Amino acid sequence: MSKITTSKIKRSKGTILFDTINTLIMLIICFLCVYPIWYVLVNSFNDAKDAMMGGIYWWPRVFSVENYKTVFEDSSVLRAFKITIGKTILGTGLNVFFTAMVAYPLSKQNLAGRKFYMAMGTITMFFSGGLIPTFLLFKNLNLLNNFLVYIIPAAFNFFNLLIFINFFREIPASLEESAKIDGANDWRIFIKVILPLSKPVLATIALFAGVGQWNDYFGGLMYMTNRVDLEPIQTYLYRMVAQVQSNQVAGSISASNITAGDTTSTSIKLAAMVITTLPICCVYPFLQKYFVKGMMVGAVKE
Amino acid sequence: MAKTVRPEKQYALKKWWNQKYLQFMVIPGIIWMLLFNYVPMGGIVIAFKKFKITRPIADAPWVGLQYFKEFFQDSNFSDIMINTLGISLLKLFIGFPLPIIFALLINEIRGTRFKKISQTISYLPHFLSWVVLGGILTTWLAKDGVINDFFVTVGLLKEPVSFLGQPKYFWGMALITDTWKELGWSAIIYLAAISGVDQQIYEAATVDGASKLQKILFITLPSITGTIALMLILQISGLLNSNFDQILILKNQINVSRSQVIDTYVYQVGMTMGKYSYATAVGLFKAVIALMLLLIANKSSKKLLGRSLY
Repeated sequence: MSKITTSKIKRSKGTILFDTINTLIMLIICFLCVYPIWYVLVNSFNDAKDAMMGGIYWWPRVFSVENYKTVFEDSSVLRAFKITIGKTILGTGLNVFFTAMVAYPLSKQNLAGRKFYMAMGTITMFFSGGLIPTFLLFKNLNLLNNFLVYIIPAAFNFFNLLIFINFFREIPASLEESAKIDGANDWRIFIKVILPLSKPVLATIALFAGVGQWNDYFGGLMYMTNRVDLEPIQTYLYRMVAQVQSNQVAGSISASNITAGDTTSTSIKLAAMVITTLPICCVYPFLQKYFVKGMMVGAVKE
Repeated sequence: MAKTVRPEKQYALKKWWNQKYLQFMVIPGIIWMLLFNYVPMGGIVIAFKKFKITRPIADAPWVGLQYFKEFFQDSNFSDIMINTLGISLLKLFIGFPLPIIFALLINEIRGTRFKKISQTISYLPHFLSWVVLGGILTTWLAKDGVINDFFVTVGLLKEPVSFLGQPKYFWGMALITDTWKELGWSAIIYLAAISGVDQQIYEAATVDGASKLQKILFITLPSITGTIALMLILQISGLLNSNFDQILILKNQINVSRSQVIDTYVYQVGMTMGKYSYATAVGLFKAVIALMLLLIANKSSKKLLGRSLY
């Protein structure tokens, strides 16, 4: 099969058995990881009333795009999507830039007060005020029922800062020195020299922050006390899931399936789930080579 | 004036001013942390005060440890503690070693392409939100769901079981669904550590006639003990964090006796019932124990393995 000479070495029976079992285990794990998405996908493309009978596992039984039409015609779902997209772009951009900006000075050993700043940040990793004091703070800052509650409190992250610091340290000091000789100040060096050299780590943090923003439902649940119109799609989905849960408990699963035209609440939920999940599925394989490195750097800090 | 300033102090100020651009870049981050991390830490005082949302914290009368006592005497206290610890210990003893085993296995795959694809696919569930997974799981785990269909068809179950509708299954469900979501992702760190092992050691072992299993046990595992220890410390310090999102989403009225954990209780009592002081006291109780666990785990790791978090 392969040209590599090692494959010509005769494998022992034990090794062959091990390899076979190992491959099988991997195939099963891969299946278990992909199948949930496949299941949602085929069910979302199936006619809603037909889908209520269940039993759709591999392929749509009665193909239909009606569910997607309904989702895209529903203004409240569409609005929730816009909120999600908006907060993901703004929140991720700000988080990446702001965290990198704070990390750059802290990557320098000779920064005055560096130890103090780092100690201050490290404490936040292990101790926090908790849910209620945070809620009260946001209330006092007028962040409740305010779109900014998604953006500002998420603008900084100490764990991401550690990843940035470790990356910035790897950049050769001679680059900064030559820029300094040319008369650039630290701010200019950061913008013109450091950031363009840091694309891998910027991509990693952007993925972490972006997925966090995209998947967050709790912000909408907690802080939008009377502004349903500012809820992201995940909060919308959460409400639907919680509704189904409580209906199941009441023993009336089918009653939860409110039929509206050619769709049901479940089928709309499935279509919304697909649209919510698809962007992430498309992005992360391309960023993989970066974030694997980023994870490692973050874990072995200092 | 200038006479009173000590030379070192003068030097520090000068150094600070020489770094003014750098200092101006770091200061917004410090202000952010003071506001969003340290102000809420100060807000913890309401655990010791009778706080009403209509009046400022300063006006609230002190009540000492009243709310902590109330929590310890709460009829739900033992259930909540047992669930929090039970689910976490289950995740520690079973959920913790699995990614290590997975990393070891994936490392042994011969084809680089298959290796890469299976790795990429195994991360996928990590990127899905608990809300989306919750939507899938609540339908799958229902009596007429996919899981029951499968087990009944295969013959492992005689009749369908409502997995989320019975308290006794909840811990198991929490463990399985969490492992399912995070297995591949948690393995990344171990895989990265494995890839750092010197290949010559393996070659030498092959020449000496070591089997695959021997290589795993005597070369790979010892080489990644440091990483394992690090992850273990983090896991132990988070023993009382039983994955809030997951449990909030899978919890329901019927399984509540085995699904209510400290975090969900704080949310429920604080946000839906408005008992702010009480909920803060419960949250603080958790945070203090978590901090103690971290310190203990870190110290023992330092002693036993010579490796620690700080």
